[in-house]
Amino acid sequence: MKKRYMYGLLLPGFFFLTVFMIVPIALTIGTTFIQDRTFTLEGYIYFFSDPYFLDILWTTLQVSLVTTIVCNVIGFPVAYYISKLGVRKKAVLLALAIFPLLTSAVVRSFSWMIILGRNGLFNDGLISLGLLEEPLEILYTPAAMMIGLIHLFLPLIIISLVGVMENIPDDLLEAAESLGASKIKSFWKIIVPLCVPGIIIGSILVFVGSLTAYTTPALLGGKQQVIATFLYQNAMTLNDWYLASIVATIMIVITFIVIGLMNALASKLNPKGYAS
Amino acid sequence: MKKRNPWLGVYTFLVFCFLLGPLVIISITSFGPDEVLKFPPDGFSLRWYQNIFEVDMFVSTFVTSMIVSFAGNIFALLLGIPAAYALSRYDFKGKALLNALFISPVLIPGVVLGFTLLKYIIVTFQLPVYAALFIGHTVLMLPFIVRVIASSLANFDFAIEEAAVSLGASRFETFFKIVLPNIRSGVIAGVVIAFLESFNNVDVSVFLTGPGVSTLPIQMLTYVENYFDPTIAAVSVLLMGLTAVLMFVIERLLGLAYFTKQ
Repeated sequence: MKKRYMYGLLLPGFFFLTVFMIVPIALTIGTTFIQDRTFTLEGYIYFFSDPYFLDILWTTLQVSLVTTIVCNVIGFPVAYYISKLGVRKKAVLLALAIFPLLTSAVVRSFSWMIILGRNGLFNDGLISLGLLEEPLEILYTPAAMMIGLIHLFLPLIIISLVGVMENIPDDLLEAAESLGASKIKSFWKIIVPLCVPGIIIGSILVFVGSLTAYTTPALLGGKQQVIATFLYQNAMTLNDWYLASIVATIMIVITFIVIGLMNALASKLNPKGYAS
Repeated sequence: MKKRNPWLGVYTFLVFCFLLGPLVIISITSFGPDEVLKFPPDGFSLRWYQNIFEVDMFVSTFVTSMIVSFAGNIFALLLGIPAAYALSRYDFKGKALLNALFISPVLIPGVVLGFTLLKYIIVTFQLPVYAALFIGHTVLMLPFIVRVIASSLANFDFAIEEAAVSLGASRFETFFKIVLPNIRSGVIAGVVIAFLESFNNVDVSVFLTGPGVSTLPIQMLTYVENYFDPTIAAVSVLLMGLTAVLMFVIERLLGLAYFTKQ
């Protein structure tokens, strides 16, 4: 087929994404560096010298990191268990993990509002068991936000890991054990390294997802701002579009740094490019 | 087969309780008769389900969400099918870059997409809310359409297409008579996945909705800020029902294994 037909097929989508995504983003980034026709870093100096802004950025990064680690730690054994199940049971458990993933973040965050509220299930339960005297203030704290995010992204980690674990042949473990490796040793030396691609892809999704999440922090985080809610507040409530543009640029840069770092890590651990 | 560690089973069960428990709890609370959210509820009532239809903003925003998701989906298909076809059929210069472009809306933070679109397109051209939502949601859906369709094209044997062409069919005719019917289930699955992504979207829509026109998730957020009664729980149950139906459709067309492949 002639080349021009092929480019013709790509052109409408290319044009659409360029006009409605690339150009707006490029202009947004551009205006943060150029004021009155001269290059400036003033906006970034302003942002990075304000402890309030830095605190928001720092909190967001911490929350994303903790969410990513906790999701991996909780999800790994679950994924391992699921990957070893028979076809039927595996399908059921995967379906049960995918269902929350496809459910609206509003619904899922709201369910945690019912559980973690002052008179919610969690507090009522602990008080009636006599473990608590006064209800704990969990809702509208960073802890609530983190629980919501872990709940949001745990299925993502589980299914990413099941995806790689399925492809690890059972013989490998048996071979290692017959050669004298202990169960724990063969697990660490064989299963874990082979899971690295799944861990990395899952971690990128969870980290970037938590970093940019809006709904869950908005509903569960209370006064604690994260960069996504901060961007929204500046753009829509305070009408400070300059600051919002700076935040948007920072979010894009961090996202691409994370993806780049993880990919570099993946190719270092798997020189053959197994991850891709 | 070696026997499995029983503790691992117990552990998995507990983790699934954590994943699904909140959804079960929200469902049960939706049937409570009280003004406040309570678990377990003191009785059984359908009044909050009735309330959804009495507070007609839920109905109107549901309709808006449906219109935006469907219209955006159709447009994303028109842009995405040719692109997915070209990207999986041919090798050419700049292919990797174009591939990345079509997938990139997933990687760009939603709030950034929404904000930049608002700032440079919607405000500049004074576009109405419906147009804004339509554009934003098309951008949002394109990567899902392209990815799912490209993956079903990867399983399609292009030799069949060549055979049709060598027998005298036009490229255009071949596409509609041979290629499209063969990847039909992939196309439908792509539509369903993109629809869910669009229908549930908050972070892009929150910048694009305006006075009088909102989408259902944004309306739910606003409602939660002002009221704390079980209406949202009832809406949630209906949405979960919709999700379950659509998930069944995806499973039939793609198989759930789609989700474990990266």
